[in-house]
Amino acid sequence: MIEVRGLSKSFGTLKAVDDLSFEIKEGEVVGFLGPNGAGKSTTIKMLTGYLAPSGGSAKIGGLSTEKDIQAIRQRIGYMPQDIPLYDDMVVIDYLSFIADVREISPGERHGKMRAAAERCGIEKVIAQSIGTLSSGYKQRVGLAQALIHNPDILILDEPTSDLDPNQIVEIRNLIKEIGQEKTVILSSHILSEVQATCGRVLIISEGKLVADGSPEELLAREHRDNIVHVTFQGTELQAGAKAILEIPSVSAVTEKGEGRFIVEAKKGFEVRPDLFHLAVGRNWVILEMRAEQLSLEDVFRKLTMN
Amino acid sequence: MKPKNFRVVFKREFLSFFNSPTAYIVVTVFLLVAGWMFFQQFFLIGQASLRPLFAFVSILFMFFAPAITMRLVAEERKTKTFSLLLTLPLSNAEIILGKFLAAWALLGVGLLLTVPYAFTVSALGTMDWGPVVGGYLGALLMGGAYLAIGMFCTSLTANQIVAFILGLGMCFVFFILGKVLIFLPEGIATVVEYFSVDYHFQNIARGVIDLRDLVFYISFIAAFLSYSTFAIQSEKWR
Repeated sequence: MIEVRGLSKSFGTLKAVDDLSFEIKEGEVVGFLGPNGAGKSTTIKMLTGYLAPSGGSAKIGGLSTEKDIQAIRQRIGYMPQDIPLYDDMVVIDYLSFIADVREISPGERHGKMRAAAERCGIEKVIAQSIGTLSSGYKQRVGLAQALIHNPDILILDEPTSDLDPNQIVEIRNLIKEIGQEKTVILSSHILSEVQATCGRVLIISEGKLVADGSPEELLAREHRDNIVHVTFQGTELQAGAKAILEIPSVSAVTEKGEGRFIVEAKKGFEVRPDLFHLAVGRNWVILEMRAEQLSLEDVFRKLTMN
Repeated sequence: MKPKNFRVVFKREFLSFFNSPTAYIVVTVFLLVAGWMFFQQFFLIGQASLRPLFAFVSILFMFFAPAITMRLVAEERKTKTFSLLLTLPLSNAEIILGKFLAAWALLGVGLLLTVPYAFTVSALGTMDWGPVVGGYLGALLMGGAYLAIGMFCTSLTANQIVAFILGLGMCFVFFILGKVLIFLPEGIATVVEYFSVDYHFQNIARGVIDLRDLVFYISFIAAFLSYSTFAIQSEKWR
């Protein structure tokens, strides 16, 4: 549904997006994850035709963003960062304006506005001026505007950036629900959000694509399952590192002080029983022993910090 | 360009003038100043005509047109609502035209509210309605020209004050063109005079509607609206 090939954007000498290529199939819920300034918003702005690429191409539904952008815009719903709405308008008037632009006929208009309002939970504030709404409600109005014409593709740039934890959960659930029927692209720098809502993650750093896969795939790819953290308590721990190294399945040890060691086992070897036996033999107490668990955050930091 | 689309933009923009103090303040101040200027001269001249109004309207519009247009693009840039507007299925030309028409309509409302003067004056003496009709038509067209300049200036910046000052400056230039003719040699003077916004207005205000003046205003407005469209288009390629 969405094909991006070699997409680049430079602002003067600054290369904001550098040779991005990826494909998104219909029905996928994809997260663009990356640090601030990585180029996520810029990529989205090129997909929606707000910016023209410096190089490469993007196609949505087979239509080129260069030549058929107006046709593309009919099929997408978009909510930019910072939820930019007209503060002086009343919610219902704003939705009516968008419905008008989206060429929803007067007969259908009321029904579709109501459906979008109900879906996004904004019936209570429908008669209020947008400027008086809280960020949570503004975000929902933004979502309603993106959904009102029932587009196939929904593009959301940082949809939960201004929200409190309760509001975040609500919006996330809404996005998950929508993701069951539509293709969704969501951009965020909040890992937990992407992990919770997206089936696939594209990690973008400094304009480049550094990882592409489901959260599980990414964790598996970067996971180092042969690292064990162990904390011993006892006497003569100074000799601890040497003793651990004597275990045949151990390839390296890092001493962290106060009885803590990071043990790297040879690939495929389970080293924890050997550590247990070592502790028993030396009369040490094992205060803690765990295999390293990578979180998506660790993967993210690893890939985006140079 | 679909009429349906710029009508949508027009409607939103025009109604939004009335959602904020803008429309009310602009129209009220315009009426106060126009009214004062008109009646000050009217009794001195002692003739039943609206000439005093039309003598000053070009100067009044020079201020009010940029005041009306200053926020039309600049504010959208500042509040970032532009990033949404420009990604809707609307062409840049439709957006500019819709906003321009809303501004023109507001100016029209202001002018419309001075029509009672015409009835007041004609009750005091016999008034020739020809120049009055011509005057209003000319004022509307001249206002349109100033508004087109204002649209262009707001398209260039994110700062409303800059948009206003720039607009005022450019309107002034086009106004003053007709007043500096005595300093110019004959051949050049005729050309420069043609570009004076006020010159064509005075022609129409006499009551004779010459196609050349209409063509001037239509082309002038079309030109500045295309420059405006080009100005917002160029953002895409930055």
